[in-house]
Amino acid sequence: MNWIAIGCLSDIPLRGARCVATPQGKIAVFRTADDQVFAIDDHCPHKGGPLSQGIVHGAAVTCPLHNWVISLETGKALGADEGSVRTLPVKVEGERLFIALEALASKAA
Amino acid sequence: MTEKLVIIGNGMAPGRMLEHLLEAAPDRYAVTIFNAEPRVNYDRIMLSPVLSGEKAFEEIVIHGDGWYIKHGITLYKGHRIVAIDREAKTVTSDHGVTESYDKLVIATGSVPFIIPVPGKELPGVLSYRDLDDVNAMLLAAQSRAKAVVIGGGLLGLEAAAGLKERGMDVTVLHVMPTLMERQLDPAAGYLLQKAVEARGITVVTKANTKAIVGNGKVEGVELMDGTLIPATLVVMAVGIRPSTALAKEAGLEVNRGIVVDDRMRTSDPAIMALGECAEVGGHVYGLVAPLYEMARIAAAGLTDGEDKRFVHSDTPTKLKVTGIDLYSLGDFADGEDREEIILRDASAGIYKRVVLQDNRIIGTVLFGETADGAWFNDLKKKATDISEMRDTLIFGQAFQGGVSSDPLAAVAALADDAEICGCNGVCKGKITGAITGKGLTGLDDVRAHTKASASCGSCTGLVEQLLKLTLGEAYNPAAVQPMCGCTSLGHDDVRRLIKAKGLKTIPAIMQELEWKTSCGCAKCRPALNYYLVCDWPDQYADDYQSRFINERVHANIQKDGTYSVVPRMWGGVTSAGELRAIADVVDKFEIPMVKVTGGQRIDMLGIRKEDLPAVWADLGKAGFVSGHAYAKGLRTVKTCVGSDWCRFGTQDSTGLGIRIEKFMWGSWTPAKVKMAVSGCPRNCAEATCKDVGVVCVDSGYEIHFAGAAGLDIKGTEVLGLVKTEDEALEVIVALVQMYREQARYLERIYKWAKRVGTTEIKKQILDDAERRRTLFDRFVLSQKFAQVDPWSERVSGKDKHEFRPMASVGFAEAAE
Repeated sequence: MNWIAIGCLSDIPLRGARCVATPQGKIAVFRTADDQVFAIDDHCPHKGGPLSQGIVHGAAVTCPLHNWVISLETGKALGADEGSVRTLPVKVEGERLFIALEALASKAA
Repeated sequence: MTEKLVIIGNGMAPGRMLEHLLEAAPDRYAVTIFNAEPRVNYDRIMLSPVLSGEKAFEEIVIHGDGWYIKHGITLYKGHRIVAIDREAKTVTSDHGVTESYDKLVIATGSVPFIIPVPGKELPGVLSYRDLDDVNAMLLAAQSRAKAVVIGGGLLGLEAAAGLKERGMDVTVLHVMPTLMERQLDPAAGYLLQKAVEARGITVVTKANTKAIVGNGKVEGVELMDGTLIPATLVVMAVGIRPSTALAKEAGLEVNRGIVVDDRMRTSDPAIMALGECAEVGGHVYGLVAPLYEMARIAAAGLTDGEDKRFVHSDTPTKLKVTGIDLYSLGDFADGEDREEIILRDASAGIYKRVVLQDNRIIGTVLFGETADGAWFNDLKKKATDISEMRDTLIFGQAFQGGVSSDPLAAVAALADDAEICGCNGVCKGKITGAITGKGLTGLDDVRAHTKASASCGSCTGLVEQLLKLTLGEAYNPAAVQPMCGCTSLGHDDVRRLIKAKGLKTIPAIMQELEWKTSCGCAKCRPALNYYLVCDWPDQYADDYQSRFINERVHANIQKDGTYSVVPRMWGGVTSAGELRAIADVVDKFEIPMVKVTGGQRIDMLGIRKEDLPAVWADLGKAGFVSGHAYAKGLRTVKTCVGSDWCRFGTQDSTGLGIRIEKFMWGSWTPAKVKMAVSGCPRNCAEATCKDVGVVCVDSGYEIHFAGAAGLDIKGTEVLGLVKTEDEALEVIVALVQMYREQARYLERIYKWAKRVGTTEIKKQILDDAERRRTLFDRFVLSQKFAQVDPWSERVSGKDKHEFRPMASVGFAEAAE
């Protein structure tokens, strides 16, 4: 897999998110209360809300626009809502974070 | 002609008697009450939850001041009756008020028994009887030092649990070998001791107090065996004695209590007695159910209603200590002609014992699992022959006749005359009848109409099940609506417990209040964060990750993920310089939309998040600060031009609006707060549909509140008229602080006011100057920490990570 360094764990606030800009749009990288890291498209399946701006709770985020709750593990909407968002592989090596961009690179090429 | 009824004492029994009386014959008597306690009638059995912090005093008031006014009752608070003149038919209080009567009701209650040991009068020795005792204990508990409770009965254990909950190091001394020996058998007493000790309370049984020692104040308790237990607070809870001195002096027949017949009449036909001071059929009573029964009978006697007689019956005992479930009823001593059925589950801490005589239940002790108490009570009351179900009796109702273990089904299976509320003697049929007959929809309705669950509250679960059963899907338990799926507690409970338990972080709340999720959800976290910001302004560090994005980045998110920015324009007043600065910002950042808002501000829409700090930097240079248009906080104070310009203006409405806004900006509130000040009743600033509004008049400032012009449309209510700007500011600030401290998160002022009641708000804000001042002071303290311009903070680099991407990747590949 083609791992690309995106920064350090401490760049992301605990129970928060940061964005990574890519040619296909933003990827939201989340850090949960227990220091798990997840990367998903920053685009809610409902109306495209920026998920990176939502409140992070457990391994889920609530979209700031209309309160859809998206699982960070599966990218699927939780509860009664249906829809899903792409998830990306993440690797944590010590403090450093990487995401796999193969899919991106091939699409971009 | 109206007869004169005088009541000595204002406890629960005479209070209930009056309710019955007013229902049956509202105009028959002119009623005067003398209360030695300086307050209204409250639910004395709920003092323990007040001590432990689970309830506030206001929540246990049965009759507020308004009730007495509404019914034309004269209440002398803090007046102790010192003499009854039976010849002249008058009573005289210690403040010298003399009142004549046609009928006199003595309800003097009881006094705590103080054991006659040396040192019993030292400061720091308290009894546990009324609100003053509770307040004194709460004061003592602030030291978080050592306390000794003498007495391991119902009251003593509740006091001990409450003091422990308040942070004291508590020892309970009990003279008998096991706790609550009058209500529990030794096995249950042992389990109770274990449960009490598991809370960190030390229990010493067979403890004979020799003396309370100390020099000028309590320093400890010495036992007969020489042990010395250090303590700065000693609570005596060894029992009560009927308060009979007054009756005795008046020459009435007195035994242990004031002797009355089964219609509550004393030896003087014009005088009745009821409550804890009365002795009927050789019994005196201390639990609420028989006292309420006395009230019913006394009221019937006063109205020449149907001939009701008092009959003795056993009352179940329950301990009001959260987490310890025990239930005891009737006679459970061993005996030749008695049999018993016992169930023990050591690991679960469950013990159940049913005592039988001739195949009928005569006593029950339940510990750890008390749901079947009502059922056993019912079987006992009806003297049901249980031989048929003997094998499964001890497992409870759910195991009888194939009834499922579903609690709802168990309640459904109860007979219509099964007692649900022991305190008020309300049976199932009466509750379900009221629900269907009167169209009741919630717990509060049932409490209001039937009194069920309105006293100690231990049958609340049963009443809710009856609501569910009777109303089916239509039942929406709004009274206990949990905050969110993470907890079963409602907002009010959480707010109260934050203060009572001194919880100062979100993790502490989640741990102590047993949150079901590890880190909450997007509903509860912002609420908890607000409650902490409000309650501990000088101690709590705001958790930005628990705030909605708008409050985290101090701008309003739009549907496309861009933001809108509204700078503050005090009172809606601006200038050429400010407008020029805004125009420059709009050009420089190519802001696509500029809009004038309903609150007299200018909104710039469509700003990229990355640009926000730079936009704020430019606005800041022109003197702008954040307009908080995104906040659950003070938004805008709209004004008209007032006496400076307008030919109708009566006061400087613009100046007052600016003053209010400069005083209150930056404060966080449960939901947004919008205000307005109009210079005359023509009301051009539309102050009468705002959360808080002022309408200036010639004689001063009319303060309005609880308006709405959004989802709901509602005109304001008038709080009152004040003469000066200073007074107006103080009233408004105190009102908003009261709202900040009481409302549920996201609850606008008009909804809060509807819940609390306009009268209550007026009472606290307008009539009670001291309360108003303390509210005002708390707001001022909170502002010390809240009035920081979030925009300039961010321009200087705070939360930089919010406004720029973590990395840009993949673009190189794309270029190849």
